[in-house]
Formats: sequence, C-alpha cells, structure tokens
Amino acid sequence: MTFEVPNLAPALPEIVLLTLTSFLLIADTVWSKRCAHCTYWATQITLLVVGWLIVSSFTTQTVVTFDGSFVRDTLADVLKLFIVATSIGIFLFSREYLLQQRSYHGEFFVLGLYGVLGMFVMVSAYNLITLYLGLEIMSLALYAMIAMQRDSQKASEAAMKYFVLGALATGMMLYGMSMLYGATGTLELPKIAQVIASGHADQAVLAFSLVFIVIGLAFKLGAVPFHMWVPDVYHGAPTAMTLYLASAPKIAAFAMLYRLLWDGLQLALPDWQGMLIILSVLSLIVGTVIAVVQTNLKRLLAYSGISHMGFVLMGVAAGDAEGFAAAMFYIIIYAITSVAAFGMIIALARMGHEFDEIEDFKGLNQRNPWLAAMMLFIMFSMAGIPPFIGFWVKLAVIEAAVNAGLLWLAIVAVITAVIGAFYYLRVVKVMYFDTVEESKPAEPITRELGFAVSVVSGLLLILGLFPSWILDLCYRSLGVTVVG
Amino acid sequence: MTVGYPILSTLIWLPIIAGVIVLFAGRNNPRLAKWLSLATVIVTFLLSLPLWFAFDRTTAAMQFVEKLDWIPAYNIQYFLGVDGLSMPLVLLTTFTQVLVIASAWEVIKERVEQYMGAFLIMQGLMTGVFVALDAVLFYVFWEALLIPMFIVIGKWGGPRRVYATIKFFLYTFFGSVFMLVSFLYMYYQSGSFSILDFHTLPLGMTAQILIFLAFLIAFAVKIPMFPVHTWLPDAHVEAPTAGSVVLAAIMLKMGGYGFVRFSLPITPDASMQLDWLVIVLSLIAIVYIGFVALVQHDMKKLVAYSSISHMGFVTLGMFVLYDILQNTGTLQGAQLGMEGAMVQMISHGFISGAMFLAIGVLYDRLHTREISAYGGVVNVMPWFGFFAVLFAMGNVGLPGTSGFVGEFMVILSSFKANPWYGILAAFTLIIGAAYTLWMVKRVIFGDIRNEAVAKMEDLNKREFAIMTALAVAVIALGVYPYPLMDVMHASVEHLIQQAFTSKL
Repeated sequence: MTFEVPNLAPALPEIVLLTLTSFLLIADTVWSKRCAHCTYWATQITLLVVGWLIVSSFTTQTVVTFDGSFVRDTLADVLKLFIVATSIGIFLFSREYLLQQRSYHGEFFVLGLYGVLGMFVMVSAYNLITLYLGLEIMSLALYAMIAMQRDSQKASEAAMKYFVLGALATGMMLYGMSMLYGATGTLELPKIAQVIASGHADQAVLAFSLVFIVIGLAFKLGAVPFHMWVPDVYHGAPTAMTLYLASAPKIAAFAMLYRLLWDGLQLALPDWQGMLIILSVLSLIVGTVIAVVQTNLKRLLAYSGISHMGFVLMGVAAGDAEGFAAAMFYIIIYAITSVAAFGMIIALARMGHEFDEIEDFKGLNQRNPWLAAMMLFIMFSMAGIPPFIGFWVKLAVIEAAVNAGLLWLAIVAVITAVIGAFYYLRVVKVMYFDTVEESKPAEPITRELGFAVSVVSGLLLILGLFPSWILDLCYRSLGVTVVG
Repeated sequence: MTVGYPILSTLIWLPIIAGVIVLFAGRNNPRLAKWLSLATVIVTFLLSLPLWFAFDRTTAAMQFVEKLDWIPAYNIQYFLGVDGLSMPLVLLTTFTQVLVIASAWEVIKERVEQYMGAFLIMQGLMTGVFVALDAVLFYVFWEALLIPMFIVIGKWGGPRRVYATIKFFLYTFFGSVFMLVSFLYMYYQSGSFSILDFHTLPLGMTAQILIFLAFLIAFAVKIPMFPVHTWLPDAHVEAPTAGSVVLAAIMLKMGGYGFVRFSLPITPDASMQLDWLVIVLSLIAIVYIGFVALVQHDMKKLVAYSSISHMGFVTLGMFVLYDILQNTGTLQGAQLGMEGAMVQMISHGFISGAMFLAIGVLYDRLHTREISAYGGVVNVMPWFGFFAVLFAMGNVGLPGTSGFVGEFMVILSSFKANPWYGILAAFTLIIGAAYTLWMVKRVIFGDIRNEAVAKMEDLNKREFAIMTALAVAVIALGVYPYPLMDVMHASVEHLIQQAFTSKL
C-alpha cells in the first residue's frame, strides 16, 4: 500500500491558521495572567499573516487537492480575504467591548480564529464531507462564543437556541447530503455534477435531497421560514458576538450555497430555483414587515438582515453565474455594513448599558454630530439609497433578477425596499430630529474605536462612489466576463 | 461647445465639496459657515453663466458633454450634457440657490453649518439631476437628493415636520423605484444605460405602457400630480422657508423635466395612447386643486396648492401634442404647448420661490402663517407690500409678468387640441386670481389688524435685494420671453419629432 502525500500548497493558509491558532490556545492559558492583551494582538497578527499568505499566492486557476476534497480558486481566495478583513474588524471592536463589559477572555479570540478556520474550510470545500466539516468547525466555535457570558441569562438562552436550532439545521443538511450520495454515488461536488449530467441519478431521491439541503442552507442564512432563531440570538448574544455572527459567517454561507448549488447541483437548477424564489419572497416580506415594529436596534438589524438575505437569495434564484456574482457582491457588502452597524452600537455601549435601543440614539446629532453622520451613512446604505454602496448591491441583484426574467420578483423586492426605508428613516429621525433634555455628549469608548467606526462607515460612501472594482472582483471570481 | 473648464462637473461638485467643508469648518463658527456658503453659491452662479452665453442655439444635440467610464461591468458612465430643455433649469437652480442661502441669513440659529451644508450639497445633486445623461447616474442624483431634504425638513421645519418629512421621503422613494426597474429592463434590452440610447431603443407596446406607467408614478409624485400630491402641502408647510423655495422652485421641476427627458422620447407610442390620463389628471389638478387652495387658512398651504395647480399647466402643455395633431393636422400648436410648459416651469420657479420667500419674511416677524393673524401689512411695510402684490400678480398670470407667458401659451395650444381643455384651463385663471388676490387682500391690505402687525418692520437690505432680484426676473421674463424660447427652440422641435416617431 502506497501513501501519497497530497499537494499541501493550496491549503497553506488553512494549515498556518490551524497551527498558529492551536499554539495560541495553549499560549493563552500560560500568559493570560501576565499579558492579557497578548492573545488579542497575536490573533490580529495571525489574521494578517494568513491574509498576506493568500494575497502572495493569489490564484486565478482552479487547483484541487486532498484527493478532490479541497479546492483553491479565485472565488475561494477572494472570499477568504474578505473573511479575514471582516474578522480583523470584528476582533478590533470585540476587544473594547469585552474590556468594557469586564468579560475579556483570551479564549474569545482563539475560538474566533477557529471559527475563521471553519469558514475557510467551507469556502474551499469540494466534497460534501469537507463542507460539513467546515460548517461544524465554525458552528461549534460560534456556540461556545455566544455561551461565554455564562452568568447572563439572555446570552445563555441565545446560545441554547442557536445550538439546538443550528444542530437541527446541520442534521437536515447532513440528511440531504446522505441522500445526495445515495442518488449519485459520490461525495465529490464535480462528480455529482457529472452524474447528474449523465442522467444516471435517481431523480426522486435527488429532489428530496435538494429539499433538505436547501432547508439547511436557509437555516444557516436565516431565511424565512427558517429564521426564528435570528432575532432572538442577535438580541440575546453579547453585541460582540452578534457582530461576529452577522458578518463573516454570512460570507462563508454564501460559499456553501455556491459550492452546493452551482458547483454540484447546477443541472438541478429547475428543482432548486423555485424553492429559492419562495424563500426569497418570504424573507423579503416577513423580514421587512416585522422590522417595522421593532424598538431594539439589534432586533431591528436582525429582521432587516433577514430581508437582506432575501435579496441575496434573489440574486441566487436568478440561476446564472451573473446572479451568483450579484449575490456575492451583496453578501460581502452586507458583512461590511454589519461590522459598521454593530461596531457603532459597541462603540457607544457602556458597562451595564448596551446602547442597543433605538431610543438610546435620541438626539445623537446634538451629542455627537460626527457619529450621527456615520450612523446616517450606515442606515441609508442599508436602505439602499445612493450614493451609498447599499444602493449598488441592490441594483446588482435586481438587475440579475430582471435579466433572468423574474421581473415580478424584482418588483416585490423594490416594494419591500420602500417599506424597509421606513425603519431606517426612523433611526435617522431619532438621531436628528428628536432632542434630549440634558444633552450628555455621547463619546465612543476609545478614540481609536470612534476612528474605526468612521473608517468602516466612510467606506460605505467611498465604495458607493467607486463601486466598480469590488463589483469586478466578484464578477471575475465567478468567471463572468465583464463587458465594456 | 466648450469653455475653459468642465463646466457641468464644476457646477455639481463645487457646491458639494464646499458643502462638506462648511460642515466641518462651520462647526461652532456660524459666521464662517454663512459667508463660505454665500461665496460658494455666488461663484457657482457666475461659473454657470457661460452655459447661457456659450450655448449653441441652433442644435438639439447635447452640449458641454463629459463622458467617463464609471462602472464598466454594467456599462454605466459618468455622462453629462445639457440641451435646450435642461440648460435653463440648471441656471434656475444656481440662481435660486443664491437667494436661498441669503434668505436663511439671520433666520437659522441652530446648527447653521448643517443647514448651509445640506443646501449646498442639495444644489450639486439637483444640478446633477438636470445634466445626467446616464440613467443610473440620473437615478443616483435623484435619490441622493432625498437625504439632505429629509434632514432639512425634519430638523428645521414646523411642528409636524417629522410626519411631513417621512411622508415626503417615502412617497418619492416609492415613486422612483419603479423607474429604476424600468431602467434595468431597458438596460437588459439595449445593453446600455445611456438615456440617448434609450431614446432610440425599439420597445413593444406592452413594455412601453408598463414603462410609461412606471415613469408616470415617479414623475407624478415629484411634480406632484393629483392624486399623489398630498405630500406636498405637508412638506411645504412644515419645511423652513428655504426648504419650501427649493422644493417649489427646483425639485418640482424635476418631475416635469422627467416627462420631457424620459416619458415622451422613450415611450412615444404609450404616451400617445395614454395621453388622456395625464391630461385628465392635469385638468383635475388645475381646477380641483385651485378650489382647494381657495379655502386654506395657512398662507404656505395656499401657495403649495397653487403650485400643484400651476404645475398642472406644465403637464397639460406637455401632453396636448397628440390631440393637436389629431384635430388640426399640424404640429405648430404642439411646439407652442411644449414651449409654454417649459416657460411655465421656469416662471413658476421664480414666482413660487418669491411667494414662499415673501411668506418667510412675514413668518420671521410674527412666527405664524395664519392668514387671519395678519391684515394691513402694507401700512407698516410698504416695500414688502409692493413686492408681495407684484408676485401675487405673477401668480395670477397678469400680462407683463412671467406667469402670463407660459399659461397663455399652454391655454392657446390646448384650445387647438380640444376647446374643452382650453376652457377648463382658462377657467382656473379666475380661481387663481380669486385665491391669490383674496389672500393679498386679507394679509396686505385693509386696516392694521393687531398690535403685533403694527410693530412689524419693513424689509431690511438683505430681504430687499432678494426680492428685487426675483422681481426683475419675473418682469423680464414676462416682458421679453424670447431669449428663453430661443434657447429651447431646437430642442423642443427635436423632442416633438421624437414624440411622434413610433418605436414599435
């Protein structure tokens, strides 16, 4: 029996990430007493190293290794870079928040890094087992991170909900995968595609497997009707965790969506397209309508996030590479906007006061006009008003839907966008038009954090004025030729 | 056509950049904010003048064109240019803005830098709407404009400002999203977002009708036309004076501009089939809203309703052309109606702006807009009385003022289309006279009603200068409108030709 060493080079970022993270896990226990911030800085350095590794070996080819279970292509590299970038932002905000809340533990960052590793594996997965593995690495890290605030009843409840429903979702997905294996006789995504193309797959089993897989995906994305966990978890979890949940994992979830539905099940398009359209319409409507009555900003962002997922699914439901590119563009920007929005809440939070009620933002323009302007950027970007980047992502997915002949879906989407504008406007209204009696200045926890929030929010405007490069990046990484 | 600098980009970006600078520099220094803003609007106005003097009046082609790739993936371009339809509106914008900034001088005391900054940014965006020749660029300016206006009405407005501003925002946003979907559909058909390419894009009847209706919603909300006009009185009443002026003088024109830039050339066949819809809505606006204006107690509300009624003439003049051809067999009347509509837009910009500024003058002194709170103002404010009556006459459409020219041309051409249109439209001249003069009688003339009125002071120098500038504009355009018509002549001819070229 011969044992062949697989080509390790394509997985170098993952290998380095795993090694450094495992080292940190041990190191943290040793130095946690003496050097509380070492873990944080080591985490950021790890991410920078990994990011640099990806950039320096950036590929435009598709390389498959580990016996067809791991793929490295442009899409993987681009998504990983965005995951690294958002994670750096997440940890930056989280640290101040945890210090402020006196719940600073080095484990938070180590677990966070494991979560990033899981996302990396999901992004590069080329067979069903690898995909599942990545998903579980990420999810386990997330469960533990939400539960870290042990003495908070709300956080524990959120962790429990997330764990039970998340486990159910992965169960569904695993069941779907097993049926897919039954129908096609292989676990590798490109081979699944081949079998389906050859017509040897059992159609009934295939259809069933698709249902379960799509349900699992919808759970992870938080699409209606599998969205129930989203508001409770977003609301209950410490804001630093909500920030994490709402940003980087969404990018990984998109990768999963793409690998399964496009790399593997492209030919089953007629079967999954209808399901995605239903999920999309329901998410758009339910997310938007329920968000209107929320008074808590985190819950509001949770529901608005559901409707944002409706937009992403609309791009995917267009059922062509251009639609996926639009959805990718959307989800990356959504992740960045989430960092900005939850980062704002974190920056203004104080010990024992979360600053997550809409009322907390009352008169912010009076108390801190600069941060109020930044929050205005975030809200109008989410509402999809130009010149902010949020407009371009909506334009891209709506364009994809119109191109695919789904004009009615595009119209539903724009109507929900108008309804959605209402609750973003309400936040702006509270900040700008309401006045507070005694005007306490609202300062960010630290100057640096205020600066970081400004950078991310300012990015929404700058990207909105020059959206072309990021759009091209999404197009290129999915192999869509750019016209003009 | 060129001048030494990229004139259109300058007119857009100079105020926006200056606005941002004012936001930063003017904090804790309102004086600096005001002077900086005033300098900006004056410089911008001077820089916009070459548009008028270097404009080639013999062609309908786009002039001062600037074109850059912006988003190659969707073939979206930074494409600017003006023709005879948009150039006067750009000048109207730069002119009005000077008065708007000057009018806020002593009135705004809270967060002056944000107020001034918002108006400067708005100026750039409004100019952008009129000069953009790429549909997405147009949409970006069109929508981005909502943000500063939302803040201005909501922050410095009257008691019900929050309700008014959210209503304003949502109405307009709702109107415009369908326009966006139409743009995307046409992009899908033509592979380009250039408005000029849309003009030549062949479209089937069903598509045309749907696109026409989408445009109608977008522009009707903005103009506003009956029955989607209800945001306007609210927004006008609650907005600060300068906000009302910008709304009435410029923003409403964006709707009318939309019809001539988009609806008529892009969907000529649908326009021909559905022109009755616009005409009926216009006539309802002219007559019914005129009656509504008659019963208002609030001066601003009265002028707001009168605006809707006057904008009815604009849409009427734009859409009577098909009936004219059918009834008379010639296009001569069509040209008259279209030019009348365009002149009416400019004239209404001056007159409504002047009316709102005049009301602002009264409001600054007595802090009420109730007609019944005034009376006999002319006794204590003779100069103000002079200007107010002059502008009221313009609003009524007295010959010699700019209000007469546009309305007369529109009525004349609508007689050719259908005598009933003409009769109904002419009828409002009487209602218009009734509500305007009745207001003038109650506010300006008569005995001094109470002590508060007796203590009012006449116009100061600043107010006097603003009023004079507008009065000169109103009378000049009324006495000698030819230069304005000359500028738009070639473009209007081209537009009418487009409106009669079937795309099926």
